[in-house]
Amino acid sequence: MSAASVFIRWCRACLLCVGLGCSWGAWAQTPREAAPLAEDPVVEARLIEISQELRCLVCQNESLASSHAELADDLRREVRGLIRAGKSDTEIKSFLVSRYGDFVLYRPEVKPLTWVLWFGPFVLLLVGLWVLVRYVRARKAQVAPVALSDEQRRRAQDLLRG
Amino acid sequence: MKKFLLPLALFLGLLVFLAVGLQRDPREIPSPLIGQPAPAFRLPTLEGGQTFGPEDLRGKVWLLNVWATWCVACREEHPVLVAFAQKNSVPIVGLSYKEIQPQDEAAKFEPSRKLQVARERSVVWLQRHGNPYVTSVMDLDGRVGIQYGVYGVPETYVIDQQGVIRYKRVGVVTPELLANKIGPLVAELNRS
Amino acid sequence: MTAELGHFALIVGMVVALLQGVLPLWGTFSRAGATRQALMALARPAAYLQCALVTLSFAALATAFLSNDFSVAYVAQHSNSMLPKPYQFAAVWGGHEGSLLLWVLLLSVWTLAVGLFSRSLPLEMVARVIGVMGLVSVGFLLFILTTSNPFERLLPAASDGRDLNPLLQDPGLVIHPPMLYMGYVGMAVAFAFAVAALLGGRLDAAWARWSRPWTVIAWMFLTFGIGLGSWWAYYELGWGGWWFWDPVENASLMPWLVATALIHSLMVTEKRGGFKAWTVLLAIAAFSLSLLGTFLVRSGVLTSVHAFASDPKRGVFILIFLAVVVGTSLTLFAWRAPRATLGGSFAWISRESFLLANSVLLVVATAAVLLGTIYPLIIDALNLGKLSVGPPYFNAVFVPLLVPVLFLMVPGSVARWREAHMSEVLHKLRWPGALALVIAGGALAWGGSHSVGTFLGVALGSWVALGTAQLVIERLRKPGRIGASFWGQHVAHFGMAVVVLGITGVGSYQVERDVRMRVDDQVTIAPYTFILRRFDEVPGPNYKAVRADVEVQRDGRFVEVLQPEKRRYFSSAMPMTEAAIDSGWLRDLYVSLGEPLDDARTEWSMRVYYKPFVPWLWAGVLLMVLGGLLAAADRRYRR
Repeated sequence: MSAASVFIRWCRACLLCVGLGCSWGAWAQTPREAAPLAEDPVVEARLIEISQELRCLVCQNESLASSHAELADDLRREVRGLIRAGKSDTEIKSFLVSRYGDFVLYRPEVKPLTWVLWFGPFVLLLVGLWVLVRYVRARKAQVAPVALSDEQRRRAQDLLRG
Repeated sequence: MKKFLLPLALFLGLLVFLAVGLQRDPREIPSPLIGQPAPAFRLPTLEGGQTFGPEDLRGKVWLLNVWATWCVACREEHPVLVAFAQKNSVPIVGLSYKEIQPQDEAAKFEPSRKLQVARERSVVWLQRHGNPYVTSVMDLDGRVGIQYGVYGVPETYVIDQQGVIRYKRVGVVTPELLANKIGPLVAELNRS
Repeated sequence: MTAELGHFALIVGMVVALLQGVLPLWGTFSRAGATRQALMALARPAAYLQCALVTLSFAALATAFLSNDFSVAYVAQHSNSMLPKPYQFAAVWGGHEGSLLLWVLLLSVWTLAVGLFSRSLPLEMVARVIGVMGLVSVGFLLFILTTSNPFERLLPAASDGRDLNPLLQDPGLVIHPPMLYMGYVGMAVAFAFAVAALLGGRLDAAWARWSRPWTVIAWMFLTFGIGLGSWWAYYELGWGGWWFWDPVENASLMPWLVATALIHSLMVTEKRGGFKAWTVLLAIAAFSLSLLGTFLVRSGVLTSVHAFASDPKRGVFILIFLAVVVGTSLTLFAWRAPRATLGGSFAWISRESFLLANSVLLVVATAAVLLGTIYPLIIDALNLGKLSVGPPYFNAVFVPLLVPVLFLMVPGSVARWREAHMSEVLHKLRWPGALALVIAGGALAWGGSHSVGTFLGVALGSWVALGTAQLVIERLRKPGRIGASFWGQHVAHFGMAVVVLGITGVGSYQVERDVRMRVDDQVTIAPYTFILRRFDEVPGPNYKAVRADVEVQRDGRFVEVLQPEKRRYFSSAMPMTEAAIDSGWLRDLYVSLGEPLDDARTEWSMRVYYKPFVPWLWAGVLLMVLGGLLAAADRRYRR
């Protein structure tokens, strides 16, 4: 066998391998894992957490997290910036409250104005339980169980049996 | 048996609140910025080549009117503002809010070209509808609007000589409003 | 002509309702004699006639919709010639005026039912119940005729309608409002029975027994309606939420909570003659909350995604109506209820006391929801500013109140009447209790979470499920027929447990991914993979859509192709998301198409969710509905 023919055979073999390799790659191309929509998932996760407790001001009762309104987009952008700047949740909320008022918070602050709101149900529960206790106690005093007479007992047995 | 009257009493109380509530507008949000200093900013003006900020008008009582060419309601209030500007010496500064909207073709331009397009559109609009403003600033991304608690267009602020916001109107400025609220407030502030 | 016929039928219907309301009741106040009998006997025929007239009116409106009569203003506002026929029919209740007509129709149907199925009741009672329902009908009919007439003409007629809101163009609209209104309106029956009992001075076990099946059926419809609303929001809104504590949702939850308390309280009144005044008050409260809900939703007093377009005139009318109905019934209550006799005595630990605790807890929970819903209104009315009360508040306050309710469900079913022993009860339930704790611990370990909420939710759900199962098995081992009411109770309780487990599961273990995808991209939420295969442009009857084909694989094997869409309706500027969901026994896979991210529309934002246990939410609701049906079908109510 001449050097040339060996060389040519070798070239052909290489080309074959390369060709097979390429087509194999194309055939078994694994789908690419999709990139997250957000640039920074950590910041985004925190944004969602905070904005779920904020109100979209131009919507009919939607949170800032889910609204598609333009102002909501702008406000989310602001909050993102504040998160990146290292602001705390409290600071971010007070940033918005000082510009838009308490209306923007879905979780009302606990202050004298909202004490009835936050503590009312609990107080009502205690009152309810106290009334329940008093009621049961008063009833027991009023209604003494009536003992069955023998006749009544016999009638009851008959009814139960058939 | 007074305890049996309790449900009725509670209900009547509720009824009173509901009746009062009927007369309120749940969408009207009072601004927490009343009594606070007007947030500082420095924005390019409509005329080009200059900037403006609220401290430029320190010592005067003035109005800040948030508007845009795409805002339909602004067209309604604009003649009212023009008439007011002609008769009074109260400076009105316009804040062009997000003139280029997200769905706009121009939204994809680079910033200086975007600003130019916004300026052009605003100038044309003001030529057609009248210009009540001593100057108008361009808030393209709406960030200054957020500083001022803007959530709808149009909105109007009254700012005093110390740069403190004294009044905010969300919605169109009507002649009645000018006559009964804004006019007297401005006069009072100018006196003190 | 049809519209005028419908309008006329409504007017006549109102007159008949007035007669239905006044004459039989007048009869009950008259002295015994032929006149008395005659007046009371008018109740049923009047009810039947009113039902026929209102049905005629409704049919007229439906005809206007189905025949594209755009000279009727309401039709022009809510329909369109390209709207598919089923939605043209459902659009009848797509707006304020038509939905009120639906209300009145269903009220007349309930009244018809009371007339037909009340043979075993004394005529006096029937006269009172139908009379009260007639008066309520008058109020609504008057409201429709004076402020909300669906038959108003639009002249000149529109060439085509504005189309139904795209959000409402969905099977959900066809079924959710009718079911929900059946529930709301059904509470009027319980209310009428309560008022009838007060009027007659007859608050006894018999009244409770008559009242109960009607209340249970109304509760059943309300449960179904609320569940449907949740399910509809879940798949329609595109991001998988199912409860938002929106004022309108709260308006449906409050009557439901009180109705649940009412059903349990009726048990005590029926069996032991106890809690009469309290039960009557609950019945009044349930319907009052239905009416309050109507007010909140239609008066413009609260902002809500759900609210109909509001008009202050309408708000004033409903408020006056509310004041009259609730005011007079509560006055009647204050006057007559003190006369109610006490029932049998009971011990601290007894079925009675458990049911009493259930009442207290559910009423406090209702009060909490009411407080949260109207607090912004109260603060505004007092000129103290504007604030919002949203999901964080309700989740923090309402959910903890449910913990004792769920816990007590099982011992309450075990405890004997009159007197039970706590040690005996707990001993009986030691296995469900222990297993529930083990399962809850297991759930935490499996999910890798340390959440108290998850633990409590799983523990309580398992507790109720296992406890109920044990009770059923024990009873099956004993001889004797088991009544439908037994099955009803336990199926409903079991359903509640399944709902709780579903909520806890999806809340604790849901995975959400917001990604940008091109064709051949994939998202992995183990063990599932979602591969975007292609985009298509798909035309619809009154919209154009972009549809994505997303292939779902599990461990490399093909599961399903999900096809989320983004629709652009011709009549509306806003694009609509149609999510694609693959439901299994244990999980939902939910894909929603977002927005194109480049000009060529080759890359889109997408939302992919893995939602475990969400199907249990819907299954649990269906079980509760089945339970209600079984309970109402018990033989003793059909005697």
